[in-house]
Amino acid sequence: MKKLSPLFNLSVLSLLSAPAMSAELDISIQNLTQGMYFTPIAAVAHIPSASLFEVGAAASPELQMMAEGGSLDGLATIASAISADVLANPAGGLLAPTHVTTGTLMTNEGNSVLSILAMILPTNDGFIGLDNWTIPTEAGTYTVYINAYDAGTEANDELRGSGMPGMPGMPVPPPLEPMLGSGGSGVAGADASALVHIHRGNIGDDSMTDGKSDVTNTVHRWLNPIAKVTVTVK
Amino acid sequence: MLTEFPKNICRIAMLLALPLALSACGDDKEIIKEVPVEVIVEVPAPIPDPVDVSYAVTITNLTNAQPLSPVAIVLHSSGHLWQVGEVPSVELERMAEGGDNSGLLALGIASASSAGPIAPGGHETINVTIQDITNAKLSVATMLVNTNDGFAGLNAWSLANLAVGDSWTTTANAYDAGTEINSEASGTMPGPADGGEGFNAMRADTGYVAMHPGVVSSDDGLSTSVLTSMHKFDNPTIRITVMRTE
Repeated sequence: MKKLSPLFNLSVLSLLSAPAMSAELDISIQNLTQGMYFTPIAAVAHIPSASLFEVGAAASPELQMMAEGGSLDGLATIASAISADVLANPAGGLLAPTHVTTGTLMTNEGNSVLSILAMILPTNDGFIGLDNWTIPTEAGTYTVYINAYDAGTEANDELRGSGMPGMPGMPVPPPLEPMLGSGGSGVAGADASALVHIHRGNIGDDSMTDGKSDVTNTVHRWLNPIAKVTVTVK
Repeated sequence: MLTEFPKNICRIAMLLALPLALSACGDDKEIIKEVPVEVIVEVPAPIPDPVDVSYAVTITNLTNAQPLSPVAIVLHSSGHLWQVGEVPSVELERMAEGGDNSGLLALGIASASSAGPIAPGGHETINVTIQDITNAKLSVATMLVNTNDGFAGLNAWSLANLAVGDSWTTTANAYDAGTEINSEASGTMPGPADGGEGFNAMRADTGYVAMHPGVVSSDDGLSTSVLTSMHKFDNPTIRITVMRTE
């Protein structure tokens, strides 16, 4: 390799440490749970003054759409409006327990923070969240463990139902169909907090045909952290 | 225990007076002549005394009612004792289902075990020594004994940056070996809450390691569970402090 002059090295370093340069990122997301699924994931590099979700703040309709039904359409609209760079649905569908998905994201100048979101199934409005994580300017591999949040927009009744915003119940896409019970009476799960908060977890029950919940208590629970994010800055 | 060698390779030239028998043809008289011969002896490079690199690893049990099985402290050069999403080894399964850490200990270049189980709230310092290697990987593994196949641990953390006198503290989470269904049923868990079976070679669960979903218990809706709310835990489950002592 050709040797660079010290002066040139210095100028390269100062460029690299500029906070808002464009970057190439390899992003891996691993589902750490034994029995939960993630809906299509959005990894979004955006300006630090924007935020896709905020703990202690009410969910936007776009966040609600993702957290209750797994749709990325609303978040994509926000991302477009703030000229964000988006890695959408790298897994090409649901991310199964312990599976890893990887994608590449080219970020434009100014998009210096990373947010990652996906709905957790089966839940009513639970989602994995990485909130405005500052993308390191130094090349290297970085690992972040992330937690499960509750959007605060829907009661956690843990019953089969709808993924439409504002409609009760949980969406049940095909791979989850045989894993969930039915005929539950409903967990009295109205959120005390209508703001985004750390998810309190599923209760579930041990009956596939009745009980309070359609969720299985030995399978569809988790403890944080719920996901592992590995970012390689090139 | 090793012989001291000189510091450098030495060539030792020896002048030896060797009696040579030369027989003259057709003559009865023997002529004895002394011929000097140079013999060069290569002395092997000195083997330095091995240097002990020792660590004091303190494990604290952070749970309410999950005793830790004898804790395995394993120093290894590469690889992992387990990985989320991968099929666990039989050595890991034996530890996670039955608390038997002997298989995991045997995987290390150096390893050590706690003297016995560590009770909730308790802690123990375990010393482990490796020779000459300062960049080993440290793995820690211990069963949460009132579970079916739950364990806590640290996986392949590099000791390369730990100088003598340095210490590093972290906490670790609970994992599920994925080799036994979390039935929490009577007779299936080796800990004091049940006194049931430990290791069973049959694998009947997801088949891969994941993070543990937590125990449900009879108090929280699993009617066939022998566990109660006492046995529930959350992450982190153990605290690990590593100090390099020499």
